[in-house]
This record gives sequence, structure tokens and C-alpha cells, in this order.
Amino acid sequence: MTITFGDWITEIANWVFLAIALPTLGAAVLVVSAKNIVRAVLALVVTLAGTAALFLMLGAEFVGWTIVLVYIGAVIILFLIGIMITRAPLTKNADLSQPISMRVPAALLSVILFAVIGGAVAASFGGAAIPLPDEATTTASIGETLFTNWVIPFEVVSFVLLAALIGGIALARQDPAEEGEV
Amino acid sequence: MITGWFWADVIVKVILALAAMIGMALVAIYAELKVMSHMQHRIGPYYAGGRWGWAQPFADALKFIQKEDLVPEGADSTVFRAAPYIVVAATFATFVVIPFSPSLVARDLDLGVFYLLAVSSLTTLGVLMAGWSSANKYSLMGGLRAAGQLIAYELPLALAVVAVVVQAGTMSLVGIVEAQAAPITIGGLSISLPFLLTGQIVSFVIFMVASVAELSRIPFDMPIAESELTMGYLTEYSSLRFTMFFLGEYAAMISMSAIAATLFLGGYWIPFVSETALLYFGPFILIAKISLLVFFILWIRATWPRLREDQLQDMAWRWLIPIALLNVLVIAFFKVVVF
Repeated sequence: MTITFGDWITEIANWVFLAIALPTLGAAVLVVSAKNIVRAVLALVVTLAGTAALFLMLGAEFVGWTIVLVYIGAVIILFLIGIMITRAPLTKNADLSQPISMRVPAALLSVILFAVIGGAVAASFGGAAIPLPDEATTTASIGETLFTNWVIPFEVVSFVLLAALIGGIALARQDPAEEGEV
Repeated sequence: MITGWFWADVIVKVILALAAMIGMALVAIYAELKVMSHMQHRIGPYYAGGRWGWAQPFADALKFIQKEDLVPEGADSTVFRAAPYIVVAATFATFVVIPFSPSLVARDLDLGVFYLLAVSSLTTLGVLMAGWSSANKYSLMGGLRAAGQLIAYELPLALAVVAVVVQAGTMSLVGIVEAQAAPITIGGLSISLPFLLTGQIVSFVIFMVASVAELSRIPFDMPIAESELTMGYLTEYSSLRFTMFFLGEYAAMISMSAIAATLFLGGYWIPFVSETALLYFGPFILIAKISLLVFFILWIRATWPRLREDQLQDMAWRWLIPIALLNVLVIAFFKVVVF
């Protein structure tokens, strides 16, 4: 089944989608264009919140709230603490502006990436309408799938994360003996 | 799918929840003034409104609101203005899933407890925004201390909740209350007890300690330590925005107590009361339990001095988190092997 633009625009859910997606896109642009690094991080908060809202719209409650808890509640906070402890620029930051010779390749690369991802999604789903589930996915069913079908990938991922954590500590840590040399 | 009644329903629920939140916060402010006074052998508010000075919180609120709304020079005014809204909205959003009776709950989410943790973690963002945007070193240091503290104590709080979720077998708050109302049989004697009495005492203690820390109340009020940081991240706020932080702080105290009452003390449920009676008396039972916990939090404030910053971090990372992990392990063992 393919959808025409007329069908698409008369469906109220799509208006809700636009109301969430457009501010999300705007905030995403602000993340890379803001002259103040804290403002860029705060724009990232809006982007992530919009993404979470889109997941909620699709009935993926767990994923939506995980984005809020993990990304906004923890990762962004650590970003902010990191920025504020090192320096707190309150004005425009010249270091954040890149010359045109770097902007053009960056823009080109972004467009290519968007085309590849967009093309891949469009190629695999086509114009097919995928019906929403009647109810939001329950946590119990996610847990059951995760610990039966996907238990080995789950364990592998947690092992990789643990290794990354230990690696991070090992890199950041300075042994008292080495301090004199640095 | 979405009808006109959907929006009417949403609006009524929002207005009711807002009224309940502000009303209970005002009562909590009055309780703090009076209870603290009596614990310190003072009388406290006496004249405002006549008997017992009951109008003191209203007088305070009016006094705050009529002050000039200042934004410091050099402050990032958009962020500065937005910060109190984020803190209040995050606190307000927790009231959505708290059940006041079997039917009186704005939305019984399947993810209940997880949603609570996600939403209340947004408070940290508001506090950091307030601290940074004020362009004041005391504010910035207060904001950083608050963020460090909130992150440290979010972990034991979440782990204490995990232990309850393991025992209840659900994350829905209504489900958790029903799990406590369900009778357990010990040696032929069938009885239903709240989780506090059926193996969650360690979780309860950890939860209460962590929630007092999350509320930044004495003895965990390093972020707004008056003697060193003026008022921390609140230093530059005045008028309505200060009032929002102030009300939000007390509303958060109510919401934390409500969550603790629901998770550990059986929420709207007490033994020997029928299901139909709970429909009517549920809210009063929950409010009584909330009052008890709020009184307890006030009592703590009147009892202990402030912790030092390193002691505070020590307590979270070296004591509460390992104990909470062990607690989850023990509860999971009993859940899987014994019962």
C-alpha cells in the first residue's frame, strides 16, 4: 500500500509528527551552529527530547524514556559538568567557528550520509505503511526477548561497555609516581 | 482514537494535579516553619492570618512575588529564565503516575517507576542551567555541587527502586501497591504486609537517605550552603522565578515522600479495608503516609548538621551504592530461589 500526500496530510498523527520533528530538526541545526558551547549542549537536549517524543509516538515507551534517563539525565549532565569545570565561556567563542574550507566538505559529507541512510531506509521499506501496534510495548515483553533471543549479544555488549569503562579510568588516571614527569 | 473528550480529560487532570501539588507544597512549607520551630523551642509564625499563623506561607509567597524580577548583567537571559520552569515541570511530571486510589491516577504507565526516575533526572539539568547562566561564581559552584550530588545519589535511589521492582514483579505503581495488598502465606497464616515489613527495610533506608540528598536538604545541602556559597544556584534569582524554585523544592519533597509511601508503605492501601472503601479513602490514606514521611524529613533537618562535600561523596560511592547492589542481589536470590 502506498500513501499519497493528500492521505498523509489529513491524518492528525502526522501533524503531531511535524510538530515534534520540525523543532527537533531546528534544534539539531542549532547544535552545530551555536556560537556558545553551553547553548549548543542545551540545543542537543531539545533534539534528544524530540527523538524521545517520536519514540513515544511509535509506542516504544521504554526506548523513549531510556533516551530521557540516559542521554538527557546522565550524558548531557556530564557534558555540562565537563564544560563548566574546565571553563565557563559566557560570550561568543571564536574557537567554535570553522573556516569555509572546513565547512564545505563537512556539509557535503552530511548530505552524502543523509542520502545513504535515507536511501537505505526507503529501499528496504518502500512506501509500505507499517501499522502501529495497538498498545505500547510492555517492559515485560522487552525483558523476555532480551534475555531469551538476544541474551548473548546482550552479554557481549555489557562486556564491551565494562572494558570501555575500565579503559576510560586507566587513561584518565595518573599514577602518583608518574606525576613528576608530566 | 483521539476525541474531544481526550483533551477535556487531559486538561482536568492537569488542573487537578497542579492544584494538588501547589496546595500540598504550601502545607509542607507551613509544616516546616511550625515543626522546626517547636523542635527548637520556638513558637514560629504566630500572627499571619490569625490562629497559629496559618497564612504565613501565603504571606511569604506574596512577598516573594511582588519583588522585582532581576536578570543579572552578563547572564545568559534565555537560559536563566528557562531554568526554573524545567525544575518545576520535572517535579510536576512525577505526579502523573502516583496512584491516590485504585482509580485516581492520572496515567498508570506500565513503566511507572522507570518514568519517575527518567523525569526526576531532568531536575539536575535545570539546576545546572540556573547555576551556569547566572554569571556568578557562587551560582556556578552551587550548580556544580548540586549536579555532582544528584548524579551520585541517583544511583543508590535507582538501585533501591530496582529491589522493589524485583519483589513486586512490575514497574507499574498501581501494580506495586497491589503486590503489597496481595496476601502472603507463612505457615498457614495468610497476611498481607507492605514491602517495608517483607524484606525491603534496607531498600527503604537507602531510598530515604538518597531522596533527602536528591532534595538537597540538610544534612545534604552543600549546593546551597549559606555560609560558603550565599545561596548556591539560587543566589541571583528573585521574585516569581525564586518562588518557583522554592515551591518546586517543597513539591519535590511531597513527590519523593509519595513515591516512598507507594513503594514501601503500601501507598493508598492499608490492611483490613475493603477494595470499595479504598476507592474513597485511598487519597486520605496516602496523604497520611506522605505527611508521616515529610515529618520525618523535617525531623532529620532539625537533628543533623551539614555533611562536608567529601563525606557526602564518600557516603554515596563507598557505602550506599555497594550496599544497594548487595541488597538487589539478596532480594533477587530470595525472589528466584526461595519464593
